Amino acid sequence: MGNVRFIILKEIRHILRDPRSLFIAILMPIMMTFLYGYAINLDIKNIRLAVLDYDQTSASRELVGRFYHSGYFAASLAPADMADPEAVLKRGDAHAVMIIRGGFAEALRGAAPYQLGLLLDGADANMSAAAASYSNVIIQRYLGESPGVGAAGRGVALSQRVLYNPDLKSSHFLVPGLIAIILMMISALLTSVTIAREKETGTMEQLLTAPVGPFQVILGKVIPYVGLALLDGVLVLSVGVLHFGVPLIGSSLLLLFFGLIYIIAALSLGVLISTLARTQQVAMMAALVATVLPSVMLSGFIFEIRNMPALLRFITMLVPARYFLLIMRGVMLKGSGLAVLWPQAAALVALTTLLLVAAVKRFRIRIG
Amino acid sequence: MMDYAVVIDGLSKKFGAFAAVDGISLKVEYGEIFGFLGANGAGKTTAIRMLCGLLQPTSGTGTVNGFDINREYEKIKPSIGYMSQKFSLYGDLTGRENLQFYGTVYGLRGGRLKGRIAELVDGLSLDEFIDRPTGALPVGWRQRIALAAAILHRPRIVFLDEPTGGVDPVFRRRFWEILYRLADDGTNLFVTTHYMDEAEFCSRISIMHRGKIVVVGRPRELVASRGLRNLQETFISLISEQGTDG
Amino acid sequence: MSVLEVTRLFKRYHGLTAVDGFSMAVEAGRIVAVAGPDGAGKTSLFRAACGLIDFDSGDVTVGGISVKTGMGRIKPLMGYMPQSFSLYPDLSVEENLRFYAGLFGVSGDVFASRRERLYRFSGLEPFVKRRAGNLSGGMKQKLALSCALIHQPSVLILDEPTTGVDPLSRQQFWDILMSLRRDGAAVIVATPYMDEVALADRVVFMHAGKKLAEGTPDELRRLYSGGIYRLALEPTAERMALLSGIEGVAPYRFGADVHIYVPPDMSGGELAARLADSGFGDAPVERIEAGLEDVFIQLMSGQ
Repeated sequence: MGNVRFIILKEIRHILRDPRSLFIAILMPIMMTFLYGYAINLDIKNIRLAVLDYDQTSASRELVGRFYHSGYFAASLAPADMADPEAVLKRGDAHAVMIIRGGFAEALRGAAPYQLGLLLDGADANMSAAAASYSNVIIQRYLGESPGVGAAGRGVALSQRVLYNPDLKSSHFLVPGLIAIILMMISALLTSVTIAREKETGTMEQLLTAPVGPFQVILGKVIPYVGLALLDGVLVLSVGVLHFGVPLIGSSLLLLFFGLIYIIAALSLGVLISTLARTQQVAMMAALVATVLPSVMLSGFIFEIRNMPALLRFITMLVPARYFLLIMRGVMLKGSGLAVLWPQAAALVALTTLLLVAAVKRFRIRIG
Repeated sequence: MMDYAVVIDGLSKKFGAFAAVDGISLKVEYGEIFGFLGANGAGKTTAIRMLCGLLQPTSGTGTVNGFDINREYEKIKPSIGYMSQKFSLYGDLTGRENLQFYGTVYGLRGGRLKGRIAELVDGLSLDEFIDRPTGALPVGWRQRIALAAAILHRPRIVFLDEPTGGVDPVFRRRFWEILYRLADDGTNLFVTTHYMDEAEFCSRISIMHRGKIVVVGRPRELVASRGLRNLQETFISLISEQGTDG
Repeated sequence: MSVLEVTRLFKRYHGLTAVDGFSMAVEAGRIVAVAGPDGAGKTSLFRAACGLIDFDSGDVTVGGISVKTGMGRIKPLMGYMPQSFSLYPDLSVEENLRFYAGLFGVSGDVFASRRERLYRFSGLEPFVKRRAGNLSGGMKQKLALSCALIHQPSVLILDEPTTGVDPLSRQQFWDILMSLRRDGAAVIVATPYMDEVALADRVVFMHAGKKLAEGTPDELRRLYSGGIYRLALEPTAERMALLSGIEGVAPYRFGADVHIYVPPDMSGGELAARLADSGFGDAPVERIEAGLEDVFIQLMSGQ
């Protein structure tokens, strides 16, 4: 295994010789964190809300006041024609219409079933999803805090509760997801490209005639990227925790441990891709499509897995980022340990083992 | 006044302090096969790029096909043909599709393009393989299609940059028969090669070294003037007198 | 005693036969040149000999050890230079050399002395700090050769190492091969340049995965059947048309001359008579020896 040392050294030289790529590899994750943290903030504000208050009690006015003071909702003209509340949505005058039928105040004091109505403009799915969840939180809090509303108020229909991120700050969700994506990008994409490069330029041929096996070649090429990936992970985590105040409640050691397992999964994917790709370009495209995109789209980072069609839901089970994301969120935001996270941990370990075995089996680098 | 294909006088190209081409002068006639020789890194490629209007000279003057290389380089490009050792063909397209594409680039359309392609397929004996994807063809065949692509628009000067690199002797001999026919029709062929036996096929050659043209003349006369046996020895003795570069 | 032996080697790719029952043996201290058209199977043959690809049947042995079973022991004995530029362009000359030395376990004083010798050989000394990507074509190939030589292999396999390299650099490259040969290395080199083929101890002409001919350069030259004559006349188009009209002969332009290829049963006198009939009675004609290129072309056209 002594030869691996020379390959590692050479690989580090390649990385250092190309300051632009190195700059991108280190700066891009940090930039992405800031971008997601500020510019592309998933917090949606100024949702135009129209209210039809048929109750007209102090309780209902208090509730409406809470909506408008939350900072998420802005007042919109109430529909002129009370019979057709959908019209304002159709015209685009409002994103949401809340309908408070009569009897709201009584329902708070009694136990009778009561439905608060919320009409949402489904054309803007993000906006309506945000509006739905904000509304839930606001109503939830209102019920919890209003004087005189006790257990009796349970009759008011509410379905969801938002836990652990009561402020609904999206950076808390985004930072763990970003770490998952960046680790995948560095580990899978860069390694598959660097292996494909040696095949493309022909150096692989000469390398394999030296007394080193394919396994050593790949190990030597991969190890420097493990370091780079870990560095990036720590950088993003630091920015998240120190700048955006993302909590890190659980064990950092546990995080590091699963980070490593996840990196191994990503590297195995990168190696698998490099065995199929002959050129750097193909490797890059394949890695983007097969590893980075699923980590963004199918991990639960951006889209709820629950809302996906069955086939996609099934595919998400093969996406390592899905499990890693849950582990990260669990450890960071909830302080969970293995006692809670064991199903995700087991799935990640199983998937990683599977990928590693597949990569090693396909290891024999073909020349032509 | 003689109608020259290429006339250059004191042509130079500097990259920073480094003179890749250092004041070269040449006159080449139509109908000549001119061998533009030199060691690796002598400045041949830079010189050819200036002649093709792809690179602005630092100093010096010249005309190619009668167009000024400093001012009329946009007119030079459509008037010349260029074929490089690094094949400019699309490997996933057939030879015919490649020719159709290059034809349209040079403004040939419809019946004229079809007729010209048919003429070249016939003249360069491409019929056997013209309808197969070029990527899977032997180098020698691809090279003939690449030549056809370079002369589709009937240029009066064709620049050939190591057209026969890595091609076996059978293919090379056929290729040269085609070049001779083009020259007979009054085309000037401006060829770079590292095969010295091939250089002996040229009407005249120049040998470039460190940005300068060391010698110009007919191959036979150059060999005789140095009392050597062949062009290979002549080239080596000329260049090693001057030392080598990395 | 043969250092490298290839026995009835077969290699197929997706139904295409790249190497078709090829055999050859290379002795220590000999240079064998392999020439053949593009797609003749040279690269497949070389890769199989280096253990880079599996083959369908037959065997390759190096020092009596089969590549099928003993690749681990064979690797230190072999040096290989693939067809494509096989160095790291972003590493310096010295770093490239040191990298390959490291892989082969060459270090310390041994490395230092070999490095010095290789630099002296190749003329790379002034450029040790230069990145490999910034070397000229000839220098790149000499560096690649140096990298393949750093562990002093006893068998050296070179796949078209001088393609696209200028004549002077090619001569220097061959000077290095000659000195390796003196040191007892077995060298197998593929080349499209017939002037290089002529320098080898033995020559193999390869076509369609098979051996077309094998022998010393002189032996191969004698394989030529027919005669070649040089007509010292400027080959104008009219003259060529006239000459092409002469029955049984094939005229070719050769720069400022015409070469006339005649079949074996045609004597010099007969050719002179036919030339005279076509109006070339007083043209200077002399018989010339067939070159390796002529033999190669004749063998190939027979296929």
